[in-house]
Amino acid sequence: MSDQAKIIALHGGLILLLFALQFVLPAYHHGNLARIMVLASYAIGYNILFGYTGLLSLGHALFFAAGMYGMALSIHHLEWAPAPALLAGLVAGILVSGTLALLALRTTGVAFMIVTLMFAQAGYLTVLYFGEYTRGDEGFVIQQAQRMLWGVDLSDPVNRYFAAWGLLTVCFLAALWLVRHPFGRTLIAIRENEERVRMLGYNTFAHKLTAMMISGTIAAAAGAFYGLLFGYAGASFATVQYSIFPLLWVLLGGAGTVLGPFIGTLFMFYLIDLSSGITTAYMLIAGVALVALTLFAPQGLVGELRRRFWGWLP
Amino acid sequence: MTKQIKDTSRRGALKTLAGGVAGAATMPLWARYAQAQTSEPIKIGFQVHRTGIGAAYGRWYGRTTEAAAKLINDNGGINGRMVEIVAEDDGTDPKRGAEVVEKFANQHGCDVGFGTLFSHVVIGSAPRAGELKLPYFVVSEGHHVASGMLNRYTLQPGITDVKSQVQAMAPYVASNLGKKVTMIFPDFAFGHDHRDFFTAAIEAQGGEVLEHIAIPPTETSFTKYFPKIPRETEVLYHVMVGPAVLTFVKELGEFFGPSRPEMFGFIDSLEAVDIASPGLEYLEGTYFWEGNPRHAQADQSDHDKAFRAAVGVNDRGASISDPADVSTYAHMFGCWETLHVIKAGMEASGYQGPGDRAALIEAVEGMTDMPESLAHPQGAKVFNGKTHQVFGHQYISKVEGGTLKRVHTTSIEDTLYPDETDYTTQSF
Repeated sequence: MSDQAKIIALHGGLILLLFALQFVLPAYHHGNLARIMVLASYAIGYNILFGYTGLLSLGHALFFAAGMYGMALSIHHLEWAPAPALLAGLVAGILVSGTLALLALRTTGVAFMIVTLMFAQAGYLTVLYFGEYTRGDEGFVIQQAQRMLWGVDLSDPVNRYFAAWGLLTVCFLAALWLVRHPFGRTLIAIRENEERVRMLGYNTFAHKLTAMMISGTIAAAAGAFYGLLFGYAGASFATVQYSIFPLLWVLLGGAGTVLGPFIGTLFMFYLIDLSSGITTAYMLIAGVALVALTLFAPQGLVGELRRRFWGWLP
Repeated sequence: MTKQIKDTSRRGALKTLAGGVAGAATMPLWARYAQAQTSEPIKIGFQVHRTGIGAAYGRWYGRTTEAAAKLINDNGGINGRMVEIVAEDDGTDPKRGAEVVEKFANQHGCDVGFGTLFSHVVIGSAPRAGELKLPYFVVSEGHHVASGMLNRYTLQPGITDVKSQVQAMAPYVASNLGKKVTMIFPDFAFGHDHRDFFTAAIEAQGGEVLEHIAIPPTETSFTKYFPKIPRETEVLYHVMVGPAVLTFVKELGEFFGPSRPEMFGFIDSLEAVDIASPGLEYLEGTYFWEGNPRHAQADQSDHDKAFRAAVGVNDRGASISDPADVSTYAHMFGCWETLHVIKAGMEASGYQGPGDRAALIEAVEGMTDMPESLAHPQGAKVFNGKTHQVFGHQYISKVEGGTLKRVHTTSIEDTLYPDETDYTTQSF
């Protein structure tokens, strides 16, 4: 089997498996997987910037929240239908990520982390400041009647699952296509040695700008879907911990792998879910798992698979 | 022959095994219903803030809930069945809160969900409770239930909401402390509720708010905000939540010195904090709203005495085993009372299992008067079935010698406002 065929079989197989699981999973895990698929889409977006371009952002919650509020505010205040509202979320993501990219990409390394972190914090405080419209930290409910997408009730578990699956499939395939495309290869080259790429005549700024906008827009799409599928938008999704989560998911799953973000999100979700049943210090268990993984599998779960067995993994 | 029998039996065993597995897979569903009327406990999912910003509240909500469940079980349970509290930590986070509600409904098979305090967790979780058709009894004091934002499955029958609390304070403030008020509040939804509701209520009493001073949530020092307090201020209304409250009080003392205006605050700032802590001396002679008087009063009711004893709280509102562990006394009675409302609702509707959830909600919606009793130790209450919100007495206490002494009890009528929604028009 050629590498190409293996890649198609593995990634296509996962998509089909997730589709099939809809019909067999018990209710609790069915609901969890719908959540995980939306969050994994967020991680896929994050991975494009962090895993493939080598830019560590600590401000992706800003994009996630931009998508969520772009969608939710247009439903709540403008009474838009879900389809244009989702589009509004995407546009908000493009605008916010584009603007932040123009400012933050003037810096590199630690300064880039700090600038993105500060802008995300400013975004969070903006949500609180305009509490009259956003209901601040309390947030607001998107009512069931407002969640009818082309006559399909997104609060229904089956519809929600398929919507989440659809989002993940699009993000997953887009990421797979992107990283095998010359543009994606250039991003990887920038990650490995930006100076050399520039010397070869590439406009690295334009590449990084585009990567950040794609990454931010996918994050915004995930935010918009999350709000719509689960009926709530609130400022807690703009806090710094929602910038850290995708970093953890990607690190756990394997930065710079297409499968990694999904595996990392799945692993972390169930790690917290199961360990919270044992102890209140479940974040400690998550922390220990992360430290252990960093020590013994520094490239994450899928990264380790690639290193040991499947060198062809994209 | 022997071989044939062996073959047959192996195949037969496999068939039996397969049939058994298939049967076992369906078993929990019917087994639960078959047993429901007899021995299975009633499972109450307790969504608790064990970690995160609400942890101090969560600890005491937990102790109160366990004490109430023990009392109910000691008296024969609900409809002859024991009550089992299934606690899950929500991390005081709305995302995790919604996941916990799913856990209650789909994993633990709980009959109802209960106990959430922080408004953002309630608002994040309630849509899922509605979709999963899980009766969700919150103990949050937020206005979200009565405002109509949530759904028919969400009720707040054990604690009053912030709108009624705040508006009930205005008559006392205006006639005893002063009519020119300056408000200091945190610049997020909880503070905005105080700003909006109290401003309207004091104007209705012929008073006015001279200045609204919103403090950003990340602030750690407050001195720079105090010059904004107008000189003619008669009453300073403050509601600061979080660890910065000690700094706030200290800096306020340094700013005003001995010639301060009257001060009125919400005890929310000082829940789980000893009022006699060093640094809080400046609060001497000031007034507080209390949902339930923390320090045992001279005319303490027998119900309050029994409630304290059951939860393990002394006359100062601190843990009997550790006097430094101060309770969240103004709020935690809500868990006790809510569990008793659930019990009353289940008994009135003859609740047997999840199939009777709608009947349970209708039974609670049908409730009106809740007289003061061991089930309602904080005081008498009136439940509004349309808005799913309970109304009750509020208390105003004055700090005298480091003790909160009750100086005023509002009537229930003071806390009422026109209905903003009617959940009974929503289908199940």
